[in-house]
Amino acid sequence: MVVLAGVSVIVFALVHLVPGDPVRLALGTRFSQETYDALRERSGLDQPLLAQFSGWLGRALSGDLGVSFRSGDTVTSLIAERLPATLTLAFASILVALLIAVPLGILSALRPRSVVDRIATVLSQIGISVPEFWMAIVLILVFSGTLGWLPSGGYVPLSEDPLGWLERLVMPAVVTGVVSGSVITRFVRSSVLEALGSDHVRTAQAKGLPGRQVFTWHALRNALLPLVTVTGVQLAYLLSGVVVVEIVFSWPGLGQLALQAVQARDYPVLQGAILLFAVVFLLINLVVDLLYTAIDPRIRR
Amino acid sequence: MSAAAPTPGPAPRSPAEPDAPARSSAAPDATAWSSAAPDATAWSSAAPAPAPRRARPRWQETLGLLARNPSAAVSAVLLLLLVLVAVFDETLAPSGPNEISVADRLQSPSLEHPFGTDDLGRDIFSRVILGAGVSLRVGFLAVAFALVVGSLAGLLAGFYGRWVDDVLMRAMDVLFAFPAVLLAIAVLAVRGPGAGNTALAIGIVYIPVFARVTRASVLGVREEVYVRASRSVGASDLRLLTRHVLPNAAPPIIVQTSISLAFAVLAEAALSFLGLGTQPPNPAWGLMLAEGRGYIDLAWWLAFFPGMAIFLTVLCFNLLGDGLRDVLDPRQRTLMSGGGR
Repeated sequence: MVVLAGVSVIVFALVHLVPGDPVRLALGTRFSQETYDALRERSGLDQPLLAQFSGWLGRALSGDLGVSFRSGDTVTSLIAERLPATLTLAFASILVALLIAVPLGILSALRPRSVVDRIATVLSQIGISVPEFWMAIVLILVFSGTLGWLPSGGYVPLSEDPLGWLERLVMPAVVTGVVSGSVITRFVRSSVLEALGSDHVRTAQAKGLPGRQVFTWHALRNALLPLVTVTGVQLAYLLSGVVVVEIVFSWPGLGQLALQAVQARDYPVLQGAILLFAVVFLLINLVVDLLYTAIDPRIRR
Repeated sequence: MSAAAPTPGPAPRSPAEPDAPARSSAAPDATAWSSAAPDATAWSSAAPAPAPRRARPRWQETLGLLARNPSAAVSAVLLLLLVLVAVFDETLAPSGPNEISVADRLQSPSLEHPFGTDDLGRDIFSRVILGAGVSLRVGFLAVAFALVVGSLAGLLAGFYGRWVDDVLMRAMDVLFAFPAVLLAIAVLAVRGPGAGNTALAIGIVYIPVFARVTRASVLGVREEVYVRASRSVGASDLRLLTRHVLPNAAPPIIVQTSISLAFAVLAEAALSFLGLGTQPPNPAWGLMLAEGRGYIDLAWWLAFFPGMAIFLTVLCFNLLGDGLRDVLDPRQRTLMSGGGR
């Protein structure tokens, strides 16, 4: 709660930290005094600061994030419009990431220092270091340029054109999924290794349980805990951090909305997007904590 | 807190651990280091060991161990070269960054233009060289800012505890709740684009990471015997902090610095790519990538070489960070690996 309060103060302060007059900046150089006054009044910037904050906070809590300086649409509707695309991409990416990371991480933990392990280590190191937007450009060049297999970007809703939806989802999801997957692979590897070396696994082996059973019930279960955390962190990151990939693939998500808001100096929209992301981040952390309790009986009191 | 469970385990943990062929000579140091990490008695120069065991300064020993890790050693050398390139960029670059020659536009890589030329006929090789300075300057500035502010906050929070800890770390939680890229974008939206503001934006994003790493490390050191001993003979807080706590809490911070440099370079490239960081016509790698994007099916070299430069720089910082962790702090796994990713 304290964190949430701090977050809202900072988000609110954002508009007021802008040097100069945000309304004037938003309107550009040519505007009449009437439009200026109207916009200023509508965004409540003519009121005292404290009244502005309490009013803004009250409205934000009831789901009203203000009105875009540019289009005049409510920020809530703009965000709602973009949310499906961002959610689709984030979940598709985390799916790709887990599909890469879990098998690869387990394989390299089972045979440390083997060829598989070495290749996995090199690959994940590369995946962590490669700039996503560069990888995106290269993929576009290969798969939509040279080979012509996939469209280079855009988004269509699943309900309208399932095949087109999938075609457009593949490349962005792979790009972000590979990067997240590389991070997660390292976590899976080290947590499985740690679990395999722990006392209770050795005890289970000493009892003469079959290897497979020891692995799934004793090692893997314990290795799951860090995996949940890192997946949560990555999901939070994917929901917000894929701005660059969204731009390259013309994916109409929230990141693109936020960037357009910056370019158009549309501060209410930027405020709304950032507030939403911060809240989502805190929510994901909460869910991770709850999952911990579900997986790890030691935490249950 | 499963990470706290002490499981030294026979299995190797760190991905980039060296092969240990030179067991005989390397092993004793290595074990001394690893056992020392969390309760860093061996780290202290004032350790209770009676014999003066200081044959070599600590940093020399560290360098020696680092040199045995091939990937980290190669990365360190490459980064050193890169810094040299960035320092002597004007002399090294065959032509100026903005020498426009429309007759030579979009030339593919050749002897004259090793990386080809862009849509204005500018030599990409020269621009990549000059871009190194931009990337490294912003990266170093950003990390230096985050390091100073974040570590100071973490140091105070960890050392004094109680309300200082509560206030500082709550503030860090608030900062940490903002998504990295968006926070940087928001800072740039407020402050306007440009290299200095980009460094500030990225620096702010990494403050909480340094604060957390430092605090965790300080907590492990705070109650050590040598700290209490020094306190009992009347050392001031300042002396305790600078002479005993900070030096012994440093290894994870050093590791974090290298890893953060990787992400700072990446973030600078991303922000420039979005048009929010370094502004044209300056040769920033991210900016060159963005400019080359439009020509990707005509002239791949426009986007390829700057991208490669970013990739290799980030890779080297990451590998160096991994190597440093193996040497300095083997038991700590990436506390928040991928802070920004």
